[in-house]
Amino acid sequence: MIKIRNLHKAFGDVQVLKGIDLDVADGEVLTIVGSSGSGKSTLLYCINGLEPINNGEILVDGVDVHDNKTNLNSLREKIGMVFQQWNSFPHLTALENVALSPRIVKGLSKADAEKIAAAQLEHVGIGDKLESYPAELSGGQQQRLAIARALAMEPSYMLFDEATSALDPELVGEVLDTMRLLAKDGMTMIVVTHEMSFAKEVSDRVAYFHQGIMEEIGTPEEIFGNPQSVHTQKFLANVR
Amino acid sequence: MATSIQVFSDLQASDLLFLGEAALKTLEIALVAISVGTIFGVIFGWLLNAGNLAVRMLVNGFLDVFRSVPLIIQLILFDSFIAIAGYPLPAFWSGTIILSIYTSSLVAQVARSGIDAVPLTTRRASRSLGMTYWQDMRYIVWPIGLRAVLPAWVGVALSVLKDSALVSVIGYTELLRASQILITRTAETFTVLAIAGLFYFALSYPISKASSYIEKRWQQ
Repeated sequence: MIKIRNLHKAFGDVQVLKGIDLDVADGEVLTIVGSSGSGKSTLLYCINGLEPINNGEILVDGVDVHDNKTNLNSLREKIGMVFQQWNSFPHLTALENVALSPRIVKGLSKADAEKIAAAQLEHVGIGDKLESYPAELSGGQQQRLAIARALAMEPSYMLFDEATSALDPELVGEVLDTMRLLAKDGMTMIVVTHEMSFAKEVSDRVAYFHQGIMEEIGTPEEIFGNPQSVHTQKFLANVR
Repeated sequence: MATSIQVFSDLQASDLLFLGEAALKTLEIALVAISVGTIFGVIFGWLLNAGNLAVRMLVNGFLDVFRSVPLIIQLILFDSFIAIAGYPLPAFWSGTIILSIYTSSLVAQVARSGIDAVPLTTRRASRSLGMTYWQDMRYIVWPIGLRAVLPAWVGVALSVLKDSALVSVIGYTELLRASQILITRTAETFTVLAIAGLFYFALSYPISKASSYIEKRWQQ
């Protein structure tokens, strides 16, 4: 379970998150929507400690992410993250990309790590690309590679930061399919996205962020069918 | 006709051996300077990338001196200074020390740009997988950065190999100084310099060949 209390985050003088309170239950799929600059992505970076916070706290399975005594590296094994930029490691094959962390972070043998990697690549539908280098893969395949790479650490949580925003339109579908698959498997997911139909279909809850504040949170029916806040209404009217 | 006095003597086979030995000395001084200079250069480059403002300014200031003052002046000043200070060093060592620092000042910039070549988001991805800072450095930043700057590093290595000729000014008999000695004796300027040039080429060519081979393999 992820518990966020009174989270404040600023970049210099710019307040990016202004007091977020949010709980994400195990097995839940939460999507976060909102215009750029609303702080959605920053929230994800704060959850796995890639960005320090200014105030408040974030607990992941009861562990305070921003406590100095917390070992972030072992905490991050539990929290997979997929980025807008695919961030494949260009010097490694698909198999090596995925097998690297299980081997060096978890200390698995090369053979065991590669077995897990091959299974995960199969799972996301690129089991035939094990020996390909990222440069030989399409954007959609590279993003699925990134998902497999995160899954190979067997995380309890997956964070998606606009995972389809940098893709050509015809490649968005295959990545969303992979994410649907994960949701069906019962993975706890926080998904920052601009894909409203995906949010509608897959989410247990949808949160709308506006200028660093969580304006509204509810079921997809509530948010898309009957939004309460004026900002949410405006935003949804514009994206439709 | 009166017999002329023999001022110059002809080139002989043993002179080639003399030049060959001098070429080995050039190789020796260049190898030590490039190795030591690369190790320190990488450390300096890392400090330039990861250090705080004070560290970066300190390192940059130090390296700027060695990058901007002509090597020949550095060699003479350092060699004279330590002699005046009462700790004279053999020409090989004072030459190697200066050449190493000079190399590290060039390699530092190469190393820094190698680290910079790895996008921040890629490094965040590796950290998000649970890698430590040093694992990210070792498995992600080093190989990606190295691929980006290997040609630049080879350029530095080749220029240091040739710049090692300047160590002759403090009296170390490497390839260039050996050539000058032979020229003085034989007056065969063209032949001797051509042979010395061939030796320099023979030392440099394998390095650039090896690097282009490695680059090709990386591109598979």
